[in-house]
Amino acid sequence: MSLLPELWALLSCTYKHFAPTALAEFCTNQPVTAMTPQSNFMVLAPIIPERETELWRLLDSMNLGPGQVDPNNALLPFAEFHPLHFARFVILDDKTTEDIRVYGLAPRQYPLYLAFLGDVDGDANAFLSKLVERAGEGLARIFSCCEGFSADTDLLTWMKQRHAPAIAAYVNWRGRAVRQIREEAALYDALQNYIEQNAAAFQGLPPRELHEKLRSFVNAEKSAGRLTLSNESPTPIGWQIRNVLHMIGMPLLVLIVSPLLILLAPFYIIALRRLEKTDPEVCPSVDQKHSENLSRIEDHDVTNQFSAMGSLKPGLVRLLTTVGVLKAVNYGARHFTRPGRLGRIRSIHFARWVFVAGTERMIFCSNYDGSVESYMDDFINKTGFGLNASFSNGIGYPRTNWLVRDGCIDERNYKEYLRRHTLPTQVWYKAYPGMTAADLERHTRIRLGLEILSMTDEQAREWVALL
Amino acid sequence: MGGIAMSEVDYADVQGLVRFGYGHLTSASYALVRVKDVAAAKAWLRAAPVTSALEQKPPPKTASNIAFTAPGLEALGIPDSVIAGFSHEFRGGMAEQSRARQLGDVGDNAPSNWAWGSYGSEPHAVVMFFGEPNQFDSFVQTTKGSSWSDAFEDVTWLGTSNLDGNEPFGFADGISQPQIDWEQQRQTPVTQLQYTNITALGEFLLGYRNEYGKFTDWPLLEPDAASEGLLSAEDAPGKKDLGRNGTYLVMRQLEQDVRNFWQFLYQQTGGNLPEAAQLGAKMVGRTQEGAPLVPIQDESISGIDPKSAQQNQFTYESDPVGARCPFGAHIRRANPRNSDFPEQCLGALRKLIIMLGFGPKGFYDDLTSSVRFHRILRRGREYGSELSPEEALQQAPPNESPRGLHFICLNANISRQFEFLQNAWIMNTKFSGLTGESDPLLGNRESIPGCPDTSAFTMPKDASLRRRVSGLRQFVTVRGGAYFFLPSLRALRYFAGAANS
Repeated sequence: MSLLPELWALLSCTYKHFAPTALAEFCTNQPVTAMTPQSNFMVLAPIIPERETELWRLLDSMNLGPGQVDPNNALLPFAEFHPLHFARFVILDDKTTEDIRVYGLAPRQYPLYLAFLGDVDGDANAFLSKLVERAGEGLARIFSCCEGFSADTDLLTWMKQRHAPAIAAYVNWRGRAVRQIREEAALYDALQNYIEQNAAAFQGLPPRELHEKLRSFVNAEKSAGRLTLSNESPTPIGWQIRNVLHMIGMPLLVLIVSPLLILLAPFYIIALRRLEKTDPEVCPSVDQKHSENLSRIEDHDVTNQFSAMGSLKPGLVRLLTTVGVLKAVNYGARHFTRPGRLGRIRSIHFARWVFVAGTERMIFCSNYDGSVESYMDDFINKTGFGLNASFSNGIGYPRTNWLVRDGCIDERNYKEYLRRHTLPTQVWYKAYPGMTAADLERHTRIRLGLEILSMTDEQAREWVALL
Repeated sequence: MGGIAMSEVDYADVQGLVRFGYGHLTSASYALVRVKDVAAAKAWLRAAPVTSALEQKPPPKTASNIAFTAPGLEALGIPDSVIAGFSHEFRGGMAEQSRARQLGDVGDNAPSNWAWGSYGSEPHAVVMFFGEPNQFDSFVQTTKGSSWSDAFEDVTWLGTSNLDGNEPFGFADGISQPQIDWEQQRQTPVTQLQYTNITALGEFLLGYRNEYGKFTDWPLLEPDAASEGLLSAEDAPGKKDLGRNGTYLVMRQLEQDVRNFWQFLYQQTGGNLPEAAQLGAKMVGRTQEGAPLVPIQDESISGIDPKSAQQNQFTYESDPVGARCPFGAHIRRANPRNSDFPEQCLGALRKLIIMLGFGPKGFYDDLTSSVRFHRILRRGREYGSELSPEEALQQAPPNESPRGLHFICLNANISRQFEFLQNAWIMNTKFSGLTGESDPLLGNRESIPGCPDTSAFTMPKDASLRRRVSGLRQFVTVRGGAYFFLPSLRALRYFAGAANS
């Protein structure tokens, strides 16, 4: 299972200047035998038109102010659900359905959907049961504004029936549970306080000595019950089996159908290239009010939510491209990404792509650190190729070349496109305010470094630099 | 990308401030005004002696430039449909609530506390006067002429002072500026592997290619009688170009508490002034004289004038852990001097490996965005009297007049340049893997959710525990600010309604 990461590591080692240091190696190649895998859910349901205003009011009542959820709100007290990393309610009010007219097609009338989604530790269904058990009343009030929900509906069954699975999902650090995040943050704070109290004594200490002192301190704190660093529970066997099957199954499937794929490839390429040259761009400047509405709910925390929606370009070629690319993204994200990274990007906590009722429209949801401007820049400059491959099948995306080139490099049009497709997220919850993905990574590295009994000088230097 | 034949810049159409800082004109004032009478204002604007970017020999003894806010264009009767062609941030304004939050203008910095520019009472225009000291007053009087007070209502006149190249805290200022590629000779690469100080013209002037090799959003018009004097748009056939040769001007009045700054440093170093100056240098990233804290490299850097090599020929590659120049130092935040990629001289395979996320593994590796998309051209000036560190340690006399910086910068894309810099680098408490600290000079020290304390400053060391100073005070307070459009001379005539008169 660890063959590929090993291979990558070997390749990186050939470049001496940036040879991975021992500590980083240790931190990024952790075994996966004991971890709590993350999963996600998304309940998708059409809103009853007459109840829309009421739904808006209900969702609003969960916030302290624009973009600031009350984590203990009466309807759904998010903070009480410990396995929950992120959650959101978003009304899928896509204002761009008219864009399909550029293909000479009449826009369809879609119902207005409500999406409720979250990222959790462990099994999503188990989480939903807990949710229904403890916040069933509030959820029922919200979902009673949706089609197919009546007083005698079984909430859990109703939610499960409306589950919209992600075609691709990304987790920043698979296996890192909310509990671990909290424990590691507390560890960091305790270390900082201890260092502050002993600043004079610790100045100039050789790193290994300092590491040893801090390790003893942490052990003492743990013994005294002031710090907890729980051992991971074993990875669920069922998950492990599914994971291995997925890992082997996907390439196997591709291998089996490869003769067909090779046969069809020339036709596909010709068709795609033709589409790339003729598909119209739709990137008008976004409405100032829309832009300001989005800004109002952004930058209240160091992390932001992002929800974007759009329609796929018509035709089978675009649909197959979307599915193929996103399956590949999902496969890569699941089996090969290095913890804490999506390509070169280190600011995304969770992300997913989901088809909305059918295969015509998609929603992309993510949780990222920093401002939307830095998010968009990061994408263009660091993962432009991936961005193009996954988003260029949406109507109006700036023109790509061989699927991965150009596209978002047309910065002006790309940013207008993205902003125009962004939906205001009505309610957004994050379990660890004030902490970026980099913060979480720093804390994890510190914790892992404490598990090394005797460090080399180089390891110790690197570890001390994290403090 | 790039390299496409571009028309030469018509310097006569560009306002002088884009090309020159007018450093030799040591007197300067900025008049912030609101339009009182539209016809009188337009008449004044038509007659205004606006200095172009044409090189003059000998250099001019006086100069003036003019820029407008979005409410200013509205006040001049420019149709909404035309204003809609300008960028979102310009139209929304600096003092808009969400934007203020993103810029760190909260707490004492909040627009509601500003002396000028708060939401709803923005100035309409800024008229910038520059001159040699002996001619300055008469130049201002002559330029204003008799119709000034009919045309405009003064919001405030911002005076400046000449502190001989230092900012009020006593550090050499304005040392590093991007070099503009006026000739448009440089091919903007898809991936820039080495730090370069040459920046595409389109980053600072609308209507030219930017670092992406593309055009930044800029206003175009349908041709009509009023827009007759404008250039035809190159990229959009049949349209008139209102943006070309213009740019956006960001102005912020930053009051500097010089006494507080030096007293804090003095306290932290146990009352040792040379050590206080060293701590100050760590915060700035340069000594008071302007020497960088990292060694000057032997190889030249493109776009850095050999004359300023002793102060500018460096990157932070020699200081990956921040032991010499802390990550959080002001000049390292404002210009991390990096390239697009964490490594140079790559083979295709290695490049792919890095792009897929299997490159450098260290915690601090590859955390900072590429700088070439986030450069600004600084044109600010100081105000208030000089105060040496020794004097700053004394108690302030009653009613001491304030000191600070009238920060001015030019950029074609406010959100990608000034706002990104301010939000993601200067004010960001999470910059480059740091936490709990913002810019040591400019930080507002306001707590953010989950991070009650943002007032630290960390100085990493090579092989031992970092030194961390805590409890930094707010040394700089924002007193006013606005986003302006600095039009081309043709666009200025359009605004002034020359075609109609």
